[in-house]
Amino acid sequence: MDMTGEHRISAPRQAVWAALNDPDVLRACIPGCETLDQTSDTTLAAEVVQKIGPVKARFKGEVELVNVIPPESYTIQGEGKGGVAGFAKGAADVTLTQNGSDTLLSYTVHAQVGGKLAQLGSRLIDSTSKRLANKFFDTFSDHLNGSGPEEA
Amino acid sequence: MSDGIGARVKRKEDKRFITGKGKYTDDLRQENQAYAAFVRSPHAHAKLLGINASEALAMDGVIAVLEGGELNADGIGNIITGWAITSKDGEPMKCGAWSALAVEKVRYVGDAVAIVVAETQALARIAAEAVEVDYEELPASVSTAGTLEPGAPQVHDNVPGNLIYDWEIGDEASTDANIAAAAHVTEIDLVNNRLSPNAMEPRSAIAIHDEAEDHYTLYTTSQNPHVARLLLSAFYNVAPEHKLRVIAPDVGGGFGSKIYVYPEELSCLWASMKTGRSIKWTSDRSEAFLTDAHGRDNVTNIKMGFDENNRITALKIHNTANLGAYVSLFATVTPTYLHGTNYSGVYDIPAIYGNVKAVHTNTTPVDAYRGAGRPEATYMLERVVETAARELGVDPGELRRINYIKDFPYQTQVILNYDTGDYVATLDMARASADVAGFPARKAEAAARGKLRGLGYASFVEASGIAPSAAVGSLGAGVGLWESAEVRVNPVGTIEILTGSHSHGQSHETTFAQLASDRFGIPIDNVQIVHGDTDKVQFGMGTYGSRSGPVGMSAVMRALDKVEAKVRKIAAHTLEASEDDLVIENGEVKVAGTDKKMAWHEVGLAAYTGHNLPPDMEPGLKEGAFFDPVNFAFPAGTFICEVEVDPETGVTDIVQFVAADDFGTIINPMVVEGQVHGGVTQGIGQAMLEGVVYDEDGQLLTGSYMDYAMPRAADVPSFVVEHGCTPTPNNPLGIKGCGEAGAIGSPPALINAITDAIGSNDLQMPATPLAVWQALQAAKSAVAAE
Repeated sequence: MDMTGEHRISAPRQAVWAALNDPDVLRACIPGCETLDQTSDTTLAAEVVQKIGPVKARFKGEVELVNVIPPESYTIQGEGKGGVAGFAKGAADVTLTQNGSDTLLSYTVHAQVGGKLAQLGSRLIDSTSKRLANKFFDTFSDHLNGSGPEEA
Repeated sequence: MSDGIGARVKRKEDKRFITGKGKYTDDLRQENQAYAAFVRSPHAHAKLLGINASEALAMDGVIAVLEGGELNADGIGNIITGWAITSKDGEPMKCGAWSALAVEKVRYVGDAVAIVVAETQALARIAAEAVEVDYEELPASVSTAGTLEPGAPQVHDNVPGNLIYDWEIGDEASTDANIAAAAHVTEIDLVNNRLSPNAMEPRSAIAIHDEAEDHYTLYTTSQNPHVARLLLSAFYNVAPEHKLRVIAPDVGGGFGSKIYVYPEELSCLWASMKTGRSIKWTSDRSEAFLTDAHGRDNVTNIKMGFDENNRITALKIHNTANLGAYVSLFATVTPTYLHGTNYSGVYDIPAIYGNVKAVHTNTTPVDAYRGAGRPEATYMLERVVETAARELGVDPGELRRINYIKDFPYQTQVILNYDTGDYVATLDMARASADVAGFPARKAEAAARGKLRGLGYASFVEASGIAPSAAVGSLGAGVGLWESAEVRVNPVGTIEILTGSHSHGQSHETTFAQLASDRFGIPIDNVQIVHGDTDKVQFGMGTYGSRSGPVGMSAVMRALDKVEAKVRKIAAHTLEASEDDLVIENGEVKVAGTDKKMAWHEVGLAAYTGHNLPPDMEPGLKEGAFFDPVNFAFPAGTFICEVEVDPETGVTDIVQFVAADDFGTIINPMVVEGQVHGGVTQGIGQAMLEGVVYDEDGQLLTGSYMDYAMPRAADVPSFVVEHGCTPTPNNPLGIKGCGEAGAIGSPPALINAITDAIGSNDLQMPATPLAVWQALQAAKSAVAAE
């Protein structure tokens, strides 16, 4: 599955970058995220509950940040195992561009699913992923917009 | 007698089936019963680094989690294939080892890595989810054609290039010469789509180990319980045959997929010994999609040469057959001796050459599925003949007619010798029923409504009645393919027929009883058919390859002959008459021309009381027979399909389907028509709806009925079924077998009709509305470009 997207966030690039690297922000914004803990400077451990089509599963996974160029871009990659539901893994290249007082966040995702997720949910992966991405960025933008004045 | 041969008798078994009183494996309960679930690989190809079952084992009610290493250490044998194929260079085939529970590597999504035994089915499944397996993923080889390319991932280390065998049949030099000299050559590339078998009843097993007797019992969904016992004893080392009973009770459909002993049944037997518990496992539908042996999956190039009189001069085939990750029981013979021997079809072809490469991929094992090799061969033959008719500007029926074999027996260029047939008769029957003459008017009328109407033919012959033991032995088979029967007449005159054929939808309980009814003039309700239990039935090779009629019933006929001979002796002695003067009819043995007679039950009573038997005659009335056919049987026919395609949507409506078959003698026309309806429907499923799809990583994308479309009643028309009859001289009934014909002949008839309708031959199965619409658009663009 490949997906690309761009979101305009009403906050300066440095604030967006900081939020993208803040486990508390990510935990609050990732749909279905139950735990997210920093395990080192560049690694995180997460548990996410997701429902894709008829398959509902708790994914336990490791997430790693690579190619980190603050405050411009990083690649976030990871793999989650969902028991008999199968697995999901992928990577997203995230780039931030300052645009006036806003930041343009663009991303390219390549993801792969296996096991029951593929057998039952493959047709729904694309639509589900887009829905989840939109949900993430909506929450993320709200969070930054809400906290923006305080930071300023 | 109204219940005899040829009578349209209603099915005895229907009372229990349609009232929900059938007894299937999953309906049975054992004392001390536990349940199994399997931990399966989510990866198509990976190293198996370790299994951590501690969380599962800590659950209350989990009895055991058992792995492949232990299974191998206990001496449980690898799963074998039953037919050794030799490559054209004389090398024996190469195939990878198949352990019931994977060790070191997993090779397809669904490969079992551990069996979990627990007190309930739900708990077993939850515990299986808690087993943590550490995999190191490897690149997977998925594509049928691509797996042979250099650099493709290796599925098994001992099978270089993933090539299991490179087999040939026929004569390449004469075929090439004839193609070079041909006035016209038609060539097409075809894909025979991979199918999931989808028996209504999923696979199931109950394994019972009696520790005191060191005896095993396996209830299972098998088409051939004796073959299962033979494999489990002689090859998988569960127990010797006298210590192992296999029972296949009511079984809800097989279509080939229940011929084989799978990892699950074998693991359950082993686990029953390890845990001291009776163990039940029943596949869920997701597991069925993943693990029931798939069917077909061939990629083919076919060339047919014609002379200036439109006579076929040569046929050349290159076929690649995907056998999946492991080589299943009949997998190797399906694309070779069940496929290549069918290349001549119904045609007199002087030169034939076929080359078949069988390959491993990281996909579910592929094996025989209704028709097994013969549908694949018929599909490519009938598509190339129909294509040639269009290219040559000849009526497709006429092109077939002039090329039909007309003199029998006929020795083909590809081993088989056809005994009887009348292909012109079934062609004419089908053309008349389908009103081919009226087709142009119907096409014009449809065009006026904006619809594209098309008509397609398929003529076929298949080798059924599998199979003469010595012949198949010489070709590499690991077993003989005779059948056995025993006929027991009870003291009260009722009869039990014990047969090695297995009924899982074929209606044996009715049709086999009709044989005894016909012979002795007794009602079929007085005849019981016993099958599916190795402790009751002497032996049997089971049901597949349209063999229950030609082989199974023939064994019954031979046993009936022996019973009849003894009945005549007893009656002649009692009635003080000559055996030659006796007539057996309407439940009586009569002395012709007199009023002297014995009722049927009096003969039985005389045999068992032994008070007045001929000198030296043993008491009792029970005879057995083994029947080994001298040749295959050759059911044949012509199907004509008519469709209407909506050019706006690509939706195909099958408006007429005529099947004119020659099955030789027919025991029960209603049952035969049911078999034809079912077979044709399965063929329509393959042609229009069904198709197993993997992604490039080997993930199964068609893992449920959301993504795998099965034919439903609304997808098929009311069929017209006609019967020609040229009885085979090679069995006592002249019967040819009818179980597979429908699935063999229908896919090409339907696709030929659709390609006729849309005016484009660039169409592969399944011809979904999207595929048909795309073919229409491609054809339009091609015309526009010219």
